[in-house]
Amino acid sequence: MTDLANTTAERTIDRSHMQVSDEVAIEISQMNKWYGSFHVLRDIDLTVYRGERIVICGPSGSGKSTLIRCINRLEEHQSGKIVVDGIELTSDLKNIDKIRSEVGMCFQHFNLFPHLTILENCTLAPIWVRKTPKREAEEIAMHFLEKVKIPDQAHKYPGQLSGGQQQRVAIARSLCMKPRIMLFDEPTSALDPEMIKEVLDTMIELAEEGMTMLCVTHEMGFARQVANRVIFMDQGQIVEQNEPEAFFKAPKSDRTKLFLSQILGH
Amino acid sequence: MSDTHSQTVPFVRETMIPQAEPPVGNRGVILWMRENLFSGWFNIITTLISLYVIWWALSHTMPWVFRGIWNASSLTECRAIRDATLPEGTSAACWAVLTDRWQQLLFGFYPRELYWRPVLSLVIFLVAIAPVLFPRVPRGALLFTAVSPFVMFWLLWGGTAWFPISIGLGFVLGWAAWRALAPMAGTLVASIVAVALPIVYWLYTAGPLARELEQVIPFRMEYVSSQDFGGFMLSFIIGIAGIILSLPLGILLALGRQSDLFIINKISVGFIEIIRGVPLIVWLFTASLLLNYFLPPGTNFDLMLRVIIMVTLFAAAYIAEVVRGGLAALPKGQYEGADSLGLSYWQSMRLIILPQALKISIPGIVNTFIGLFKDTTLVVFIGLLDPIGLSNAIRASTEWNGIYWELFVFIGLLFFICCFSMSRYSLYLEKKLQRGHN
Repeated sequence: MTDLANTTAERTIDRSHMQVSDEVAIEISQMNKWYGSFHVLRDIDLTVYRGERIVICGPSGSGKSTLIRCINRLEEHQSGKIVVDGIELTSDLKNIDKIRSEVGMCFQHFNLFPHLTILENCTLAPIWVRKTPKREAEEIAMHFLEKVKIPDQAHKYPGQLSGGQQQRVAIARSLCMKPRIMLFDEPTSALDPEMIKEVLDTMIELAEEGMTMLCVTHEMGFARQVANRVIFMDQGQIVEQNEPEAFFKAPKSDRTKLFLSQILGH
Repeated sequence: MSDTHSQTVPFVRETMIPQAEPPVGNRGVILWMRENLFSGWFNIITTLISLYVIWWALSHTMPWVFRGIWNASSLTECRAIRDATLPEGTSAACWAVLTDRWQQLLFGFYPRELYWRPVLSLVIFLVAIAPVLFPRVPRGALLFTAVSPFVMFWLLWGGTAWFPISIGLGFVLGWAAWRALAPMAGTLVASIVAVALPIVYWLYTAGPLARELEQVIPFRMEYVSSQDFGGFMLSFIIGIAGIILSLPLGILLALGRQSDLFIINKISVGFIEIIRGVPLIVWLFTASLLLNYFLPPGTNFDLMLRVIIMVTLFAAAYIAEVVRGGLAALPKGQYEGADSLGLSYWQSMRLIILPQALKISIPGIVNTFIGLFKDTTLVVFIGLLDPIGLSNAIRASTEWNGIYWELFVFIGLLFFICCFSMSRYSLYLEKKLQRGHN
């Protein structure tokens, strides 16, 4: 973890669209989850407002991935309440599919569909979920592929692209559904250092446009520059949350201090 | 330029050496032989031994094959010709049995003047299967594929054309019900009705409807009973029907076994384990004997149809397990990727999971198909005349009493051609579906 804090240092960020509104995007209250008898998430309370950029960090096994995976029901919570965009997550399949189509997600291992071309990866959900006509879906897909700077790879297969390119395709694929919220689950952890930057740049651009984002990441430079709130989790609980300045300069809990010293230390 | 070079750099190439072929010993056939056959003393010895074994085997069989006698009307005549023309003690095949009885081996006791019907069905089958196997064939041809089973049924069995038509109407009925109900009543209700309605129709309406229509507009061919079916025609019909029907059923069972829904899961597991745990021959006996006890008295449920159903169920259980292997081999991320985009269960299965899982399962699926096709020879035990059964029948005649090898070589060769083509096709398909590095 050398110098990760500086990966995005040279970029100046256009903050003109990065406004947080009063509208609630995600409301999580008293949410608990167990894996068997293991208590992964304990009494989570979290309110995310539209336009917020939240970075969630913490040691491995602290439940941060599980938390954001609960938001689009990749994991089921056992008690408490999660409301996304005014829709409560219950076992009602209609609600789940509705929320999933409004919430984009990027994974550590990209999870592109290897049997489909880049373009087909991007048009699949708009065509089948949104019932967008094929031509229109392709136009949208090309628009977002241009945005993540890989329009010329549109007819290749994921296996022919580098990791960084695949992750940018994954972001474009989510964006094609015009989501109102984006979840990132350690999007750069599986990438080579030089590719981390290209993915972070894409994420920063997204933030500049005012997207509501929840990112599980260890990229502290990204957190410092882009996030308006940093959440530190340990043992399934939110230990500390604050604005990035204060969070990095003056962490309050000992656990946070220890974590930050380990991750930024060398 | 060259002046500067000579002062600043020790050497600069002015002309490029053109590309040349490697020396004779390092290219083409000679290189291949040196690397693969004669690369070391051990390799040389095994090569020589193998060559000797191959030569020995061929030198003993090939003369028998090529000396074979094609024109004779009985085994005794064959032997007489052999003794008259060849030196004493030489063996020769008596292929005359094939020239004499090939129609029986291919068609069983199907009426001779109607041979064109199974042949035409085979042609229709080959045309109909093309758009399924090869993506380059225009998609519109799939419509022909959908109609072809009914045409083939009518060609093979004959009788009134209104019967297959009224059966086909059941599918149209189910489809129409689904189209009408799905937008209003939701997928679940629509699919239940779309399945139940055709079944009720087939049980109570299809038969009488066909009879009525036949009386109004007669449209029939000579009827051929299943008992007259035999030979490779029988193997093909059972094998192909089994293959085509068992794949979708197997996929559904595999999905059922993965399902979180308790009842569906247990039914699938139970079905797979029970069917797979009992020998096929037992199921065939069940089909031929026991099923009569369970069916209402007086129903004449065609034996061949029963066999096709049993073979299908049997193969489906195996295919379910093969496909389950493919499903399990997919990274969890593929399911999550599909879920996170908001695709419904059936959409994600159809568009994301199954295309990949089936691709992984191709070798196993084709393996099962080949096994199924060869297992069709087991029907001889329940009295159907497959090629083996016919070879027994031919041997039972006075002319050909005592002839074994020639018939089995022919039967084996035909089966090999079919199975080998399936295996080649599976390799082609695997290669075609390769995508980049994954």
